[in-house]
Amino acid sequence: MIYRETGQYKTTYEADQQLFPILQDRIFVLLVIAFAFGAVPFLASEYLFRAILTPFLILSLAAIGLNILVGYCGQVSLGTGGFMAVGAYAAYNLALRLPDLNLLVVFVLAGLCATVVGVLFGLPSLRIKGFYLAVATLAAQFFLDWAFARIGWFTNYAPSGSVSAPPLVILGWEVVGPVRKYLLVLGIVCVFALVARNLVRGAIGRSWMAMRDMDVAAEVIGIRPLYAKVTAFAVSSFFVGLSGALWAFVYLGAWEPLAFDVNRSFQLLFMVIIGGLGSILGSFLGAAFIVILPLALNQMPGWLGVEMSTALISHIELMVFGALIVFFLIVEPHGLARLWAIGKEKLRLWPFPH
Amino acid sequence: MNIFQQKWMTGLLLAALAVGALAPMLSGVAGFPQWLEVVLGGLMSGVLYSLVALGLVLIFKASGVFNFAQGAMVLFAALTLVRLMEKMPFVVALAIAALVMVAIAWLVERLVLRPLVNQEGIVLFMATLGVAYFIDGIGQIIWGSDIYTLDIGMPKEPKILLEKTFEGGILVSMEDVIAAVIAAALVGALALFFQKTGTGRALRAVADDHQAAQSIGIPLGRIWVIVWSVSGLVALVAGIIWGSKLGVQFSLQLIALKALPVVILGGFTSIPGAILGGLIIGLGEKLSEVYLGPLLGGGIENWFAYVLALVFLLVRPEGLFGEKHIDRV
Amino acid sequence: MSTAAREFGDVILKVEGVSLAFGGVKALTEVSFDVREHEIRAIIGPNGAGKSSMLNVINGVYHPQQGQVTYRGEARRAMDPHRAARSGIARTFQNLALFKGMSVLDNLLAGRNLMMRMPILLQALRVGPALREEIAHRKRVEEIIDFLEIQHVRKTPVGRLPYGLQKRVDLGRALAAEPRVLLLDEPMAGMNVEEKQDMCRFILDVNDEFGTTIVLIEHDMGVVMDLSDRVAVLDYGRLIGDGTPDEIRANQAVIDAYLGVKH
Repeated sequence: MIYRETGQYKTTYEADQQLFPILQDRIFVLLVIAFAFGAVPFLASEYLFRAILTPFLILSLAAIGLNILVGYCGQVSLGTGGFMAVGAYAAYNLALRLPDLNLLVVFVLAGLCATVVGVLFGLPSLRIKGFYLAVATLAAQFFLDWAFARIGWFTNYAPSGSVSAPPLVILGWEVVGPVRKYLLVLGIVCVFALVARNLVRGAIGRSWMAMRDMDVAAEVIGIRPLYAKVTAFAVSSFFVGLSGALWAFVYLGAWEPLAFDVNRSFQLLFMVIIGGLGSILGSFLGAAFIVILPLALNQMPGWLGVEMSTALISHIELMVFGALIVFFLIVEPHGLARLWAIGKEKLRLWPFPH
Repeated sequence: MNIFQQKWMTGLLLAALAVGALAPMLSGVAGFPQWLEVVLGGLMSGVLYSLVALGLVLIFKASGVFNFAQGAMVLFAALTLVRLMEKMPFVVALAIAALVMVAIAWLVERLVLRPLVNQEGIVLFMATLGVAYFIDGIGQIIWGSDIYTLDIGMPKEPKILLEKTFEGGILVSMEDVIAAVIAAALVGALALFFQKTGTGRALRAVADDHQAAQSIGIPLGRIWVIVWSVSGLVALVAGIIWGSKLGVQFSLQLIALKALPVVILGGFTSIPGAILGGLIIGLGEKLSEVYLGPLLGGGIENWFAYVLALVFLLVRPEGLFGEKHIDRV
Repeated sequence: MSTAAREFGDVILKVEGVSLAFGGVKALTEVSFDVREHEIRAIIGPNGAGKSSMLNVINGVYHPQQGQVTYRGEARRAMDPHRAARSGIARTFQNLALFKGMSVLDNLLAGRNLMMRMPILLQALRVGPALREEIAHRKRVEEIIDFLEIQHVRKTPVGRLPYGLQKRVDLGRALAAEPRVLLLDEPMAGMNVEEKQDMCRFILDVNDEFGTTIVLIEHDMGVVMDLSDRVAVLDYGRLIGDGTPDEIRANQAVIDAYLGVKH
């Protein structure tokens, strides 16, 4: 009975077009954000920050980026890992070569570098569709993998190919320890999640979805395919590049090209499918699911009282992921986000069945 | 943009590729015999790409599915065979491995394709991505994840040919020759099967229009099981050949995945396209590896096939022999 | 309705000698006709006569091999569909090409996307002018929603609507662009009598109130003869008749094409 919108009348279009038109949703989201900023830093353990919260937030950002491309604009990409790598190595080189640059500026510029590369590899999308494009983005992935491994300049000629991030300081605030890292990432993710929501419900978002749903009709009603697709690639790559920079600097600290290989691309695609194509909330849900699942699987033998090697667990993980993808595509193509929406709908009507 | 759509652009691109292929010899970087060696090696590895690509094309024509799991199937088939051979003679192991591949085809049809019938191609594509992960996981759980040597008695010594024509002759790997012959024979057999037999005809009908084919009594499910089985057997053959060359290991999968750029280059729906595409990719890859690789720091075989296909796509989005798509509204 | 007393403006759209072929199949052969401003112009013909192809040529989806289309004094052979849209040509589709995953509201707003000018950064922040622009366009779209009487489904994803309502949304999306020329491809196909009457009313109202020029493909002869000012008849990609409904009724070539003729 609590979740009712009865009596909440909208008298202006402004009120009807706000982010969460239903009062209870607004309160809920605000509570979650307040909890994440205010309470979690005092409650969570170091393990929780390191192993779950921080990677979850950063991968959510990447998943939002990929979802803009795949879920909203309908262009499948298997090169996400490569674009994350562009963000990571761009941030590394910016911080290395311009040491006085503010770290936040470094992150944004790293995102912009990924934007440029993303647009470049996105241009073929004007000519090719569907799995043709998917394979074309594999070209980006493999090429970028190779470039960061073989072109010495990108890694400042590090002999092992492994590079590490500089100390993280933003305007005198030293980002050390899991709590501060978490807060930094949380702040960035909140801002850009809002940006993503604004974009997808505005004019540009409508042109993306129009391209996704029926590209010929979109063009007939005056949407320029070039503009729609290129902006989708640009915005998506920005998000992905930014998250790549965060992944490298905040989560990994030191990394090699392998951290962004094709498996990362698949992992992100799985997040988007399981979480829900075309849903910002779904990106978060999918990321949470994929971050937590392997940890849960790792614990499983302990709970069941059987011994398993880590190799075996990682193989079981592959199997479970594969089965889950097929399961979601068959049973609920709109993913966890849709399940959430159905739950909300049920709650609205509760306790009446219809 | 429109300049790309011109027919002569395709010709220009092919000409550029031909010049690129001939360049090492013409420029004097490489002598003719050495160049010929590389070309032959490239063509022979290309035949194998053609074979795997053919499996992809068959599946695509019959079910509209772009099968990302092909690479995983190659690895799984090779793993199955090599582990069974530890306990039984080759022929028995081969027969069982073949049966296993057919069983996988049947399961994929039952559990994945049937529930997803009439979904968009891209959804099916993502589903095969899931299948690939699943097969990878289960394959390594059952058969282990080490590197296994597969010895089926292929000759390892290279042979020197045309000794009289050139000084020193040219070095040809007999293993490659045998592999190429087997692959070529299979390619021919498959092409014939598709063109001449009743099943092949039914298959082509399904490729044209699922519903129409169903309405004249062609059992869709059975056709799918057949094509997935054929492509599983193709994967087995490719797995044997690559496995005996490189050892059965995870990287086989990435090699087999190069069939993706091959079909893109040749056109999804075209058997000649798959064959020619495989040869072009095999040749291009070998030539670039030998003559371009050292200039760029090596390792370019990981992406060369994909980038080559991408360039082709820009000029001919439907591939060399693919059908041009007309949007109807 | 086809009162000869109504005043029409100048020729706004002129098709001259257009031929279109796909591979060896000829869809249109040297078709010429014109459309005057503010009139309702019907294109009829048996199935496969090339009617939809004709519309696709006018708004640039297909590029004819020969001939030209003159729109508002500007002659051209081929054009991009989105340019055609921006110059004031909107259209609906025979087989419903709606954006199925989007709500009715978003479908209609997408129809107005071509008028939205805000840079992407402002859209990302959704403040100031970007927000005002969204709301201004929302107001206009709500007017169309009222006009088409689809208020109750405005937030429903289009894919879940019944067919008749989807047809209305299709019309609404085209109207949202405030076009000068509206191309309607079988707007009444598959409808029952009541729905057809509603649709006729909408078409006439649009023509009356906004002065929109309408080019209409329709199979229902009663509707065509009632609504349209002039009718063009296509058969096997050729123009076999052109004139007022009364002239078309009396045209022997048209009668033969429809009823079949003994050779």
